[in-house]
Amino acid sequence: MGGSVIILLCLVALFAGVLAPYPYTKSNFSRTYEFPSGEFPLGTDQLGRDVLSRMIYGARVSMLVGLGAQVIVLLIGVPIGLVSGYFGGRVDLFLTRFIDVMYAFPRLLFVILVMSALGAGLTNIFIAIGLTGWVGIARQTRAQVLSLKEKEYVEGARALGAGWFRLMTRHLFPNALTPIIVSASFGIPEAIFTEAALSFIGVGINPPTPSWGQMVGENQQFLRSYWHLCVFPSIAIAVTMLSFTFFGDGVRDALDPKMK
Amino acid sequence: MVTYALQRLFWLVPTLLAMALVTFLVMHATPGSPLDPVAEGANPLSPEAQQNLAKAYGLDKPLHEQFVIFVAKAVRGDFGNSFVYKTRTVSEILLETFPVSLFLGSMALALAILGGLALGILAAVYQNRSWDYVSVGLATLGVSIPNFILAVFLIVLFSLLLPLFPTGGWDQPRDWVLPTVTLALGPMGIIARFTRSSMVEVIRSDYILTARAKGLGERLVIFKHVLKNACIPVVTLLGPMFAAVGTGSFFVESIFRVPGLGRFFVLSMTGRDYPMIMGVILIYGAFLAAMNLVVDLLYGAFDPRIRY
Repeated sequence: MGGSVIILLCLVALFAGVLAPYPYTKSNFSRTYEFPSGEFPLGTDQLGRDVLSRMIYGARVSMLVGLGAQVIVLLIGVPIGLVSGYFGGRVDLFLTRFIDVMYAFPRLLFVILVMSALGAGLTNIFIAIGLTGWVGIARQTRAQVLSLKEKEYVEGARALGAGWFRLMTRHLFPNALTPIIVSASFGIPEAIFTEAALSFIGVGINPPTPSWGQMVGENQQFLRSYWHLCVFPSIAIAVTMLSFTFFGDGVRDALDPKMK
Repeated sequence: MVTYALQRLFWLVPTLLAMALVTFLVMHATPGSPLDPVAEGANPLSPEAQQNLAKAYGLDKPLHEQFVIFVAKAVRGDFGNSFVYKTRTVSEILLETFPVSLFLGSMALALAILGGLALGILAAVYQNRSWDYVSVGLATLGVSIPNFILAVFLIVLFSLLLPLFPTGGWDQPRDWVLPTVTLALGPMGIIARFTRSSMVEVIRSDYILTARAKGLGERLVIFKHVLKNACIPVVTLLGPMFAAVGTGSFFVESIFRVPGLGRFFVLSMTGRDYPMIMGVILIYGAFLAAMNLVVDLLYGAFDPRIRY
């Protein structure tokens, strides 16, 4: 069930330009704060912009951040974990100490800190999530490599003359992949949450680009008078988060029945 | 045990220093300066005035010197004056707002632990029956839906559709209900999930079979034998739980207009209030690190099999 919602969301994000009835920046100052009607299915906001169209474009931001940030997290975390676990010794000690300090830092606090330093914007969100998110993946990869490198087939490959790079990329990495995929699939909703949270407090996506978190954050103070501005994006975030969580559970159960 | 505790206490120092350093460097790498308002319509300050201000706030010294001064003062609880609320020191603001957050956080945590344990026990005792589904459903919702979204839904349900509670404020006990529930639902879900799976595991063990075989009542078996051992893994959750409630309070306090530390933090973020931001992050970091330590020691107290 989670999967089908995700596919739908991806399609909406891809074809936002075709699906949205109005451009997301088009404002109409004589039609502000309108409640849902036939013309504007989900109403209009404080600038008279169509809420539905803005939400359709908002899906693009969420999907982009959810999937894109995971790629960055993996690109940083996996190599560090591989190196740390494989070489051991001083490199490992240094990296694990560093990872421990990063772990002590409350994650969201650090992301907010980085964002306030870099300024709002989509690229900066990628950077902030990438900088803070790799720690978990690196830890997990390291633990996997530590147990895998003692296996006979690795020793066999080494006896055949395989260098460290070949061992890492051809033997250790593919075998450590399962738990990495599982935690990456749980990382997607976390990244989506992070973007929504950042945009909610105003250090995420720059306006006029719409993002669900930003729509909720801007309008939560008008909840009493104009509920539609806040409730629809909230539902969108809730449904997205739930489907990615279900999807993650599914991936875990499919790939590794032992993990619980 | 004592050596372990001392060792852990000792490790707090470098961790906090590293936190302070990272925060300090990030804040100083920030483009834009508190001396030079870039907002449109703001009066540009003359270079002389900027220099004087920099001197007054110690911003003209080299970076490493600023850091040493900052740490030396921070140890004595002096984080300087807030840049935004110029007449008040950061410590004053912290002292005023932290108790509010602590109060909200403790209520939320208490609710999360009691509710989570209750849901988990019900789910484990009535496996695959309706109670189980209710608790799993609540847990999934609590875990996956961000708390500011929960806040929106709860406000719509319980203050707009059913006008039971106010939408915000912090004057009377009635105001406490919605923020506490919002903050507690996520951790409650996690605790319920954990309690359920660890109880299910314990229920299947031999000594429970023995307890039943010798004729103990179901209630006694569950509460005296199962729960005691099932609680052990749940205690480990408390560390991350403190962090979740701590960072969660930023959003919950902002939405419900609770005059706590989290709300101030969000406000100081947009105002580039360096002393305020660094103070808040250090206080939070120190608090969470200390809590983690307490939880680790508690873990040993709960489970005598653990030796340090």
